[in-house]
Amino acid sequence: MANVKYVSASRVYAKDTPPAVNALDLDIQDGEFMVLVGPSGSGKTTALRMLAGLEPLDGGRVEIGDRDVTFVPPKDRDIAMVFQNYALYPQKTVADNMGFALKMQGVNKEERDRRVREAARLLDLDDSLLDRKPKQLSGGQRQRVAMGRAIVREPQVFLMDEPLSNLDAKLRVQTRSQIAELQHRLGITTVYVTHDQVEAMTMGHRVAVLSGGNLQQCASPRELYENPVNQFVAGFIGSPAMNLQTVPMVDGGVELANTVLPLPGPIQTAAKGAGLSELVLGIRPEHLHLANGAGELPGDVILVEELGADALLHVRLAGTDSPVVARAEGRRPPALGAHVTFSVQPDDMFAFHPVTGARLAG
Amino acid sequence: MTAATAAPIRTTSEDPRRRREMAGKVGWGVVAWVVSIAFFLPVLWMVITAFKPESAAETWPPQFVFRPTLSEFSLVFSGMGPYLTHSVIATIGSTILVLLLGVPASYALSVRPVKRWRDGLFFFISTKMLPIVAAIGPLYVIALKTHLLDSIWLLIILYTAMNLPLAIWMIRSFMLEVPSELLEAARLDGAGRIREITSVILPITTPGLVSTALICVIFAWNELFLALNLTITNAATMPMFLISSVPQEGLYIAHLSAAATVASIPVIIVGWIAQRSLVRGLSMGAIK
Repeated sequence: MANVKYVSASRVYAKDTPPAVNALDLDIQDGEFMVLVGPSGSGKTTALRMLAGLEPLDGGRVEIGDRDVTFVPPKDRDIAMVFQNYALYPQKTVADNMGFALKMQGVNKEERDRRVREAARLLDLDDSLLDRKPKQLSGGQRQRVAMGRAIVREPQVFLMDEPLSNLDAKLRVQTRSQIAELQHRLGITTVYVTHDQVEAMTMGHRVAVLSGGNLQQCASPRELYENPVNQFVAGFIGSPAMNLQTVPMVDGGVELANTVLPLPGPIQTAAKGAGLSELVLGIRPEHLHLANGAGELPGDVILVEELGADALLHVRLAGTDSPVVARAEGRRPPALGAHVTFSVQPDDMFAFHPVTGARLAG
Repeated sequence: MTAATAAPIRTTSEDPRRRREMAGKVGWGVVAWVVSIAFFLPVLWMVITAFKPESAAETWPPQFVFRPTLSEFSLVFSGMGPYLTHSVIATIGSTILVLLLGVPASYALSVRPVKRWRDGLFFFISTKMLPIVAAIGPLYVIALKTHLLDSIWLLIILYTAMNLPLAIWMIRSFMLEVPSELLEAARLDGAGRIREITSVILPITTPGLVSTALICVIFAWNELFLALNLTITNAATMPMFLISSVPQEGLYIAHLSAAATVASIPVIIVGWIAQRSLVRGLSMGAIK
C-alpha cells in the first residue's frame, strides 16, 4: 500500500510571516495521479518537498503507506523525484546517472544494468545513449533520463516537480500524454506539481488547487471545472479563464450590461441570506452564446483571437469597463468593432461572495 | 514610378563617427601595447642578460648585440640542486595538504554550513591581515623549541597555513556554484556526506580545484620571508638561492639574471597552463 497522507502539514519560513504551507490535509490513494496546481508562491513545490524530506515540517505530519515519515531521511522514504531542471550528474554517463541510486543501495552491477536497460526501453531511450554524458543529449532526452532515474528505483511514490516546464510547447504536449500513460502502466502513486492548469486537467486523476499556502479544493478535473468551490478555483481552472464581474443585485437577479439577468433561485436565496447588495458573477467563455441581435447582453467586439477551430472574442459589454471573453465558432467570427449580443443560461452562471470569494449556493 | 532613395552606405573612411570610433580603438590599443611592453621590458632584459657573459652584462650603454653563452646557466645549474629540491618538496607538499584540508573545510563552510560559518570564514581571512613581519618572532621561537628550525617540514606546515585561507575562499566559491538541485538529487539517491563530496561535488569543481592548486603553487614557490628567516641550508628554497646570488662583493648581474630566469620558469609554465582558470578563480573569489 503506497497511499500518501498530509495531515495538517505546515511549513513556515520565517517567524511572523504567513506559512508557505498552511495545515495541509490531503489523502492520496494508492496508484493515484495527484496533481498539485497553483500560481507561484502557492506552496505546491514546498508541499512536494515536504513529502520528499527536503523541507522540514513545522507542524503536522506526512505519511507514506500509513507510515509516519515526517522525520525519516529522504533516502529511506522509498520515493523517487524528478526535478524541474532534471538535476542530472554532469560528469556521469546516462547509465551511471540512472543507476546511481541503486549503487548507493548496494545493488550489484548485473541487476543495476538490467534495471537501467529496462527503464531505458520503457522510455524509448536508445541503448546508444546510455554511454553519453547529459550535455550531449537534447532537452527531451534529458527529461527522459531524469524520469528513468526515478523509474529504476521502483519506488512507492513518484514525485515530479514541474518536469515539463523546460520543454518546448510541442514536446510538452507529447510528453504529457507519455507520462500519464506510463503512470497508468506502472500504477505507482504519483504526486505531480505544475503551475499549468492544462497539464493538471489532462493528467491528474484528482487535482489539488493551492493558493497562498492553503488548499482551495481537491477533486477530479471535471468536478473542479463544473463545481468550483470558490472564486479562485473558478478563475484558475479553465482556459480562457472564467469571466468574473462584480455586479449589483437588483430585484429578480443582477444587473449586467444595463440588463437584468435573472439568477437561479438557490443563488438568490444564498445571496439574500448573506445580506449582499452585490456579488461576483462568473460566466465561462463558452457559456456566452452569440445571439444575432436576440441576446440579453449587448457589447462591442474589441479584439478577435483566431485559434482555427474557435475564435476568442474580447467584448466590452455595455456599461462595463473590463472586457469579457467569449468563445465563438472559428469559421466566421464577428469582425472587430462589431456590435454583438450574447445570451446565457441561468444554470451556467456562478456567483461568488464579493469579500470571501466563496461560492454562493448551487 | 520613382525609385526609392535609400540612405547611402558609407565606408569607414567616409563616416566621421565611425572614424572617431576607430581612432579611439586604435589609440587605446597603442596605450595597451605601450603599458604591456613597459611591464614586460624588465623581464625581457633579465632573460637577455642571462645569456650574456658577465663581462658584457653590466655595461653602459646596454648591449643588445652580443655572443650568447650558457656559461652563467651552467654555473646556476651546478649550484642550485638542493635549493630546487627543497622548493619542489615544500611547494608540492604544502599544496597537497592545502587541498586535503581545504576541501572538507570549504564543504563545511558552503554546502553544509556549520552554525557559525560566517565567523569561521572571517577568522580565516583575518589571518591574512596580520603582517608576517609581526609574526616572525613568535614563529621563530616556536620553531626553535620544536626543533623544526631549518627543516623542510616547517616550511610545509607554514606554507600550508599561509595558503589555506585563500584556498578555502576559492574552493568555497566553486562549491557554491554546484546547483542545489543536484545535491538534493544525491541526497534522495542515498548519498551520504562523503559520497556527496566524492561523487557529485568534486567532479564538478575539479577545474576550480586545479586553479586553486596552481595559485597555491605560485605563492609557495615564490615565498621568501619565511624561508629566509627560518631556514639556512637544510631547507633553503629557490628564492634563497637567488638571494645568495647577490653577494657582498659586487653584483654579478649575469649570474643573477640566469638564476632568476631558472627560478621563474616553473611558475611561468604553471601560470601559462592555468591562465584561464586563474583569472576565473581569482575573480570568483572576489565576487562571491
